[in-house]
Order: sequence, then structure tokens, then C-alpha cells
Amino acid sequence: MRNKRLNLLLVSLMLLTVLAACGDPTATTVPVATTAAATTAAAATTTAAAAAGGNKTFILVPKALGIPYFDTANKGAQEAAKELGVTVTYQGSATADATQQIQLLNSLIAQKVSGLAISANDADALAPVGKAAIEQKIPVVSWDSNIAPSGRLVHINQANAEDIGRGQIQLISKLIGGKGKIAILSATSTAPNQNTWIGFMKEELKKPENSGLELVATVYGDDQDEKSYTEAQGLMKTYPDLKGIISPTTVGIAASGRAVTDAKKIGQVIVTGLGTPNQMRTFVKSGASPAFALWNPGDLGYLSIYTLNAISTGQIQGKAGETFKAGKLGSYTIDKDGVVLLGKPTVFDATNIDNFNF
Amino acid sequence: MKLNLIAIRRGVLRWEGLLVILIIAVAFANSQLSPYFLNTSNLLRTTSDFMEIGIMMLPMVFVIATGNIDLSIASTLGLSASLMGWLFMGGWDIWLAVLVALIASIFAGLLNGFLIAKLKLPSLAVTIGTLSFYRGLAYALLGDQAARGYPESFTFLGQGTMGSTGIPFSLLIFGGFALIFGLVLHKTTFGRYIFAIGNNEQASRFSGVPVDRIKMIIFVLSSVMAAIAGFILAARFGSTRPDIGTGLELTVITVTVLGGVSIFGGSGTMIGAVLALILVGILRFGMGLINLQGQVQDIIIGLLLILSILLPRFGKQLASGLNWNRGTIFRLAGVVTVAVLFGIFFFWSRTLVLAR
Repeated sequence: MRNKRLNLLLVSLMLLTVLAACGDPTATTVPVATTAAATTAAAATTTAAAAAGGNKTFILVPKALGIPYFDTANKGAQEAAKELGVTVTYQGSATADATQQIQLLNSLIAQKVSGLAISANDADALAPVGKAAIEQKIPVVSWDSNIAPSGRLVHINQANAEDIGRGQIQLISKLIGGKGKIAILSATSTAPNQNTWIGFMKEELKKPENSGLELVATVYGDDQDEKSYTEAQGLMKTYPDLKGIISPTTVGIAASGRAVTDAKKIGQVIVTGLGTPNQMRTFVKSGASPAFALWNPGDLGYLSIYTLNAISTGQIQGKAGETFKAGKLGSYTIDKDGVVLLGKPTVFDATNIDNFNF
Repeated sequence: MKLNLIAIRRGVLRWEGLLVILIIAVAFANSQLSPYFLNTSNLLRTTSDFMEIGIMMLPMVFVIATGNIDLSIASTLGLSASLMGWLFMGGWDIWLAVLVALIASIFAGLLNGFLIAKLKLPSLAVTIGTLSFYRGLAYALLGDQAARGYPESFTFLGQGTMGSTGIPFSLLIFGGFALIFGLVLHKTTFGRYIFAIGNNEQASRFSGVPVDRIKMIIFVLSSVMAAIAGFILAARFGSTRPDIGTGLELTVITVTVLGGVSIFGGSGTMIGAVLALILVGILRFGMGLINLQGQVQDIIIGLLLILSILLPRFGKQLASGLNWNRGTIFRLAGVVTVAVLFGIFFFWSRTLVLAR
């Protein structure tokens, strides 16, 4: 009996060593070292970077890993890091979930990083942990998706409603030569974002320079692909001389692009609106939708790191009215509630679309 | 049968020993890998990230020890927290809202229990159904809104600490419950009945164990504890969204099984489950400190779970005499493969992070 127990203990220990030892690069066949020894050197470089005097480590936290939109933001953040001479690490949870994000933030706070730029999965849930970070002198900014004001110093807002709404009309006017019938294909009739944007579109249409444009209809595809496609088809049937469709929703714009392509009306009916480069690439190249708009997530990441750096160096504190410079993007002023506006939406067309992958 | 039982119990005792060794190994590795690990305030702050899981794990030990499973706990958590938030937003006193949500969770547990114990439906199927059902109710209550603005007396449940010690209040709640659940499982007739049902439900029924009533009770317990975890999570967040706690049930089951509670029922200890919670907690925290990506962390925890199921089986066979037949070799190969994968993956993910 005693022997058997000893046997078992030995086997357990052996397995534990195997389990722990495989971290050693040299131990491919006969694992002998321990995890700790194998990875201490590796970890030392990471932590040394954080601890070394002057070299700041900022962390860019997306809603979740593996999403092209956020990966693009990281590219911008890395660009800013190079310009500023700081280190930016991209750290996220496996899924877009507040519980996991809080766990991650707790371990980042424990490492005493120099600053956190977070796209929040839940504005309220992240406020306490953000507050804890700020109390430990770790500056926190939110980007893309807000944290409640108590849990961050600055929020980087990607775009405001007026710029988006007016921008859409200016864009279609340019694309169809300032004259002709246009229609709007929106999400649901109650979608608050889209309705605000459409409100500003109508304001913009009242301007004298847009008197040649005639808004003939606003229809709703409910953000469903099939329904949006049918609505776009319907628009082209009802108004044979329709010149343009504006779809301020990513589902609607892609469906409209397909409807125009399938109806062989490329060039006759121009589609524009808000979309992402990856879904719109073929339509931009075919001419069904020569240009569309959205904010550039790369710039969002870039600005987040510049903002963090400005706070971290004591240049700003996150109070309304303060100004700071953000490299290639120029100068920014903090609005009330600590909000910084990224700027006007970016227009994507054949000249620049291949630079983007999200 | 009797001999088998003794062997199982011995195996369990040894499993706890192994968990302790693992905890020490992980803690040592962490302290070598990161200078921030052995820091009391860091450790205490991260503790509160695991208390909801721990509180739901306690009744899960009961449920799994009887050979059942409850997949609906995270949804019950969501439903109770959402109901509480919805009532609070409607102007109710927060504690009255908590009380009503607690009562609702009793009904949620009774429904599970009724379907499983009285209608004899398999718990896996029933709780997959109620997983969707209860989460759906949470969405029906709050829609895409969040309930917020809870008073400080309530958020203390999740955010408060004991004076200046930094010990989270939720740790105290968990500790108290763990003690009670442990005593009930190991020192009462009720606890013995749980193991009896897990070992052989039919035999227990014939020897006069009130099987149906006990099943009802444990499923109600499971729901009520899920509700309490929900209040603590909502208090920690300072708000409730209907998707609160989604997916936590899998973590809870992982910890319970890793703690040595047999997924087939009949064996397990409360101390093992608590040790597994500590192990997963410090492993997660340590992996976070060395900046392992979230997906990598999930994979490592998953491999650990597979190991935890393979290892005792292999060990048991070894204990009954070294007998090199094909089965032993296959199992040994399985354990070694998983262990090697675990190691390779660990190393590979490190290089990935460093390459950035």
C-alpha cells in the first residue's frame, strides 16, 4: 500500500515537472528545467521596460482581441508610440465582456503601467476599476466606447453627429455633381443615431448650394441585409431617375451596393454612406460606391496615446478648455465632461481604401 | 462497491494534495515572473474578481456530486440582478428589490428542480433550456438599458473592503458560505445523501433517501446562490445590464471539476473546490501580470482541466498495481501529450507577446 502511494506521488511530481518544464526552449525531448527559470528572462524584458526610468508603457485595451477594427486602432497607437518614444502594448480580453475586461485591468493596475486607454465594454461597470487606477496615479482615457466620467480623465469621441450628417450630404453632392434625386436607406425608424444624423442631413439640404438635390424618400432596412436589399431595389423601381442612395448604416450601405450592382446600374445610381473598407472594397473598385465615410480607427488609437502621454507628462489634467498637440493630427481642445473629438469623418475612396484593413 | 468507494476517497485526498502542490508551484512561478505578484493589496484586489464564481461554485459542488449539472446559473444571476435593477429604476428601495429578486430566484430554482426531480428530465437538457429562458427574461426586463445609480450601502457588497485592511467584503461573504456549505456536505445526513445519490440513485431511492426532495433543494440552493452572486457582481459594477455575467457557468463548472468533484457524481470535497478556485485565481492573475493574451489564458485553463480529468484516472490505475496493458499506455500518452501541449503553448505564447 505504502509503495503504491509513493508510486503515485512520484508520478504526480513527474507530471508536474513535465508540465512545468516544457517552457524551456532547450528541453525538447527530456524536460528538466522549471517554468520559472525558463521564462524569467523573457518576463524580465517586459517588466524592465516598464520599470526603466523614463520609458513609459501605455496599454491600449480594445473591447476584445481579434477584431480588425481594433487591430487598426493598435496600428495607429504603435505609430504614436514610435513618435513619442514610449512603449504601447495591446492587451485585451478574449471576449467583449466587462467581467473579463475588469480582470485584465486589475492585473494591469497591479503592474503599475504608465497609462490605460480603454474601449469600454460597459460604461458603468468599468467606472470603479478606472477610478481605482486613477487613485494609483495611473491615467485612464477611454476611446471608441465611453467609460462613465468618474472612471476616466478623458474620453476620445470618434465623431459627432453634426459632422457625420452634414458630411454625408456634402459627399453625395460631390459624387453626383450637385444635382438630382437622392434617397436615404436607414436602419430602423427608431434608431436614435441614424435619426439624429438624418436630421442634420435635412439641415444641410436647406443650404443654397444644395438646392439641386432633392430628397425623394427615406426608407428603413431595419439593419437586416435582405430587407435593406429589397428596399434599395424598391427605391430604384419607384424613382427610375434616382441618382444617389445614402445609407448611414454599415448593413444598409453594403446591401445598397449589391442592389445597384445586381440591377446593372453602376454609375447611374451612386451609393454612399457609412461603411467599413473591408465590406465596401469591391463596390469602391466597381464604382457602385466610389466613396463613403467613417472615422479612422487608426487615428483614434493614435490620438488616445497622444492624449495619455499629455496627461502622463503633466501637460494636461483632463479639464475642459485645456489644449494639447497630437502629432500629425494637430492640436486638440478638451470639451466639457473631458471629451475630445477626433474630428471629421474620414472619406474612403479608390485612392486610399487599400491602406485599410478593418 | 465498498472497496471502490474507499479507493475513490483516497484518490480525492491525494487530488487535494496535488492541488496544493500546484498552487505552491504557480505561486512560486508567478513571484519569479513578476515583481508585482507578492503584493498584498494586488492579491486582495484581484480576489474580488473571483468571488462571484466562488459563491456559485459552492452549490455547484452539491449539484455535480449528485451526478447532475446546472448550466442556468449565470442566467439566473442575470435575471436576479436585472430584476433587482429594474425594480430599483422603478423607484423601489434597493433592499426590497434585492428581496424580491431573491424570491424570484427561488422560483427559478424550483422550476429547474421540478423539471429534473419530478418530471425526471435530464438536468443538462433542462438547464440548457432555462439558460436561454432566464437570460431572455433579463433582456425582457431591461432591454438595451442599464440600471444604475445604486446607493453606496449596496455597492459596498461588491466594492467595499473591511476597514483599512483591504480585504474585500465579498471575500468574507464567500468565506462564510464556504464554511456552511462544507459542513453541510461533510458533516450532515444531507451531505451523505448527496454522495449516495451520485453513486447510485436507484439504490438510494430503495434505501429510503428522499431523492426528489434533495434534488429540489440543491437546485433551489444553486439558483439562490446565483442570485446572491448577481447582487455582488451588480454591486461591483455599480450597474446592471441584462447580459451581466454571461458565460460564467462554464468557469464555475471548470473550477468545480478541477477541484476533484467527479463529473459522474458520487465524490468530491468542498476543500478541493476551494483550492481549485484559488489555483485558477492565482493562475489567471499571474498570466495577466505577464501579459498573456486572453485567448491564451483560456487555452491554458482548458488544458489544465483536461489534465485534471486524465490524471486521477491514470493515477488510480497505477495505484492498483503497475499493469502495462494497452489502456495504461494510451492514458499515459494522453497525459503526457496534454502536458507537453500545455508547455509548448505556454512558451509559444510568451514568444508571441515578446515579438510585439
